[in-house]
Amino acid sequence: MARYTGFHRPNRPLALYAGAFAVFLYLPILFIPLFSFNAGVYVKFPLEGFTLAWYADLFQREPLQRAFWNSVQVAAVVSISSTVLAVPAAMAIARYRMPGKRAAVSFIMLPLVLPGLILGVALLTLLNGLGVRLSLVTVALGHMVICLPYAISVLLPRFIGFSRSLEEASADLCESTWWTFLRVTLPCNMPGVLACLLMTFTISFDEFFMAFFLSGTEPTLPMDIWSQLRFPQDFPSLLALSTLILVTSFLMVFASLKLGRIGLVQAKEVR
Amino acid sequence: MISLRSVCKSFGRMQAVNDVLLEIAAGEFFSLLGASGSGKTTLLRMIAGFEAVTSGQILIDGQPMQDTPPHLRPINMVFQNYAIFPHLTVRDNIAYGLRRLGTPKAEQARMVDAMLELIALPGYGDRRAHQLSGGQMQRVALARALILKPKLLLLDEPLGALDKHLREQMQMELRSLQRQLGITFVLVTHDQEEALTLSDRVAVMANGQVTQVDTPSGLYDRSRTRQVAAFVGTMNVFDATVRTDGSARIADVAGLGVMALNGCSQGRANGERVLVALRPEGLGLSRTKPAGPAHAVAGQLQARQYLGRRQLLHVKVAGRAAPVTVATAAARGEDPWSGDEGSPVWLTWAPDAVSILDPT
Repeated sequence: MARYTGFHRPNRPLALYAGAFAVFLYLPILFIPLFSFNAGVYVKFPLEGFTLAWYADLFQREPLQRAFWNSVQVAAVVSISSTVLAVPAAMAIARYRMPGKRAAVSFIMLPLVLPGLILGVALLTLLNGLGVRLSLVTVALGHMVICLPYAISVLLPRFIGFSRSLEEASADLCESTWWTFLRVTLPCNMPGVLACLLMTFTISFDEFFMAFFLSGTEPTLPMDIWSQLRFPQDFPSLLALSTLILVTSFLMVFASLKLGRIGLVQAKEVR
Repeated sequence: MISLRSVCKSFGRMQAVNDVLLEIAAGEFFSLLGASGSGKTTLLRMIAGFEAVTSGQILIDGQPMQDTPPHLRPINMVFQNYAIFPHLTVRDNIAYGLRRLGTPKAEQARMVDAMLELIALPGYGDRRAHQLSGGQMQRVALARALILKPKLLLLDEPLGALDKHLREQMQMELRSLQRQLGITFVLVTHDQEEALTLSDRVAVMANGQVTQVDTPSGLYDRSRTRQVAAFVGTMNVFDATVRTDGSARIADVAGLGVMALNGCSQGRANGERVLVALRPEGLGLSRTKPAGPAHAVAGQLQARQYLGRRQLLHVKVAGRAAPVTVATAAARGEDPWSGDEGSPVWLTWAPDAVSILDPT
């Protein structure tokens, strides 16, 4: 008698494919931490023994630390300002019917699909034409162009899932629109706002193209890494640095995805 | 207290509320009763200020409300899903509206305690919305509105999400609370039993219009339309022709013969087709042909619905497709029509039980 195998039977080829997919995706990345602990200067097998020297070396490099702080500053400004701008935009998109809304939303999301190289050249041309001097401020501006669509796409599902009746209840209990926003809308959507901050911070911190075209004398961290690539003896230190960035970025994106989902399930239950 | 003057609301081409005229008195428990899509919730939301009035006027204490935003209206509302703030405790939910009034913290705490006492949830102050049952959330929503001492409390299907037992208990609590506080309540419901049990007056709504406004007993005894009649209980409705019998007007009903129309035939022409209505309580049933001048019709007992002391008997009459429904009461320990399905019976009706319904 044939055993019944339902629709949910284990699918071996699919599992194999998924495994191969993950290996293809992450194997190259795993070489970075691997060689950052390697005692040899050159990236080649066999490995020459374990060392933390390259990590210690990072603390000796003053320009690199400057670049790191530049990046942190830019990322902080970019994440806060793009989140502040994206919250009202996402609320408006989620809430109101307006003519041409779909077109407007697609337009906002456009930088997501534009190649960074082209966007960078375009912004550089524009800023040169306007006679703006390149600095960390122009880098931050470029980063905001990239971060805003991400911010909106993180926040939009939050505000769409947010029950309007909570705001109506607040209005009914004598609170004005502004106080309703502060006392109900914002706290209820805090996980989404935090997720947005983390996401945009990470994007800005890792971004290269905009920084390449728009930075002046002060480099950001990716710029500094780029300029160090010419010196082979520095390469293992860069691997160490990349490992640190990799781990931090991963944790931040992971936290932001997790946070972004928290309230969504709750909101559904309340409704 | 509150006047609705020719209030209309349309969403695009859809007319949700159409020319509603209502006067609700201070201290009244008023219900808007209707099926879903009848416009009752839209009407309530217009009173609260969440929807703009397309045309017409809403006045509260003589003040026109069209330019007053919801947070400045002397109205509070209990929402259908309660809308308890999930990020706040029960205490903070109840005290929410006090911030704007600038009530001192100590006074707020005292008022919240009094409210928790009133809704019989003392000791629940530190819980959050997801730790409350439906009935408890409903009480918190009520307390949150009542702490502001509104002139008018709006309730949007407040008991819809509760199970039957809890609903009946909350109905009684709502009614006694309203008596105790003397606040005007406007309740939206699709549950006719709820509307009839709780209200001083009920407005029955259909297709965005108010069909009839009356006291519960007025609605039951003097239903204006077939739809109102069906909504507030069981009603026998017959097609009839108006005739003149000497000085009196009578209705000629197929299968049942003539029925006296006492006083309800004004303005009806001879030969006019009308709908006449008879509540099951207005009919009587006997096994033998009753003596005396009363008009009686022979029929056959088709089915029986036992409802405790009261029962509904469905009688098939020659010449009528649908059975006629009769309500009878039985004394304790008796079940007079038990096992009589199929046996011949005689129908009678009281002359003053007949009324004429408006067409539609």
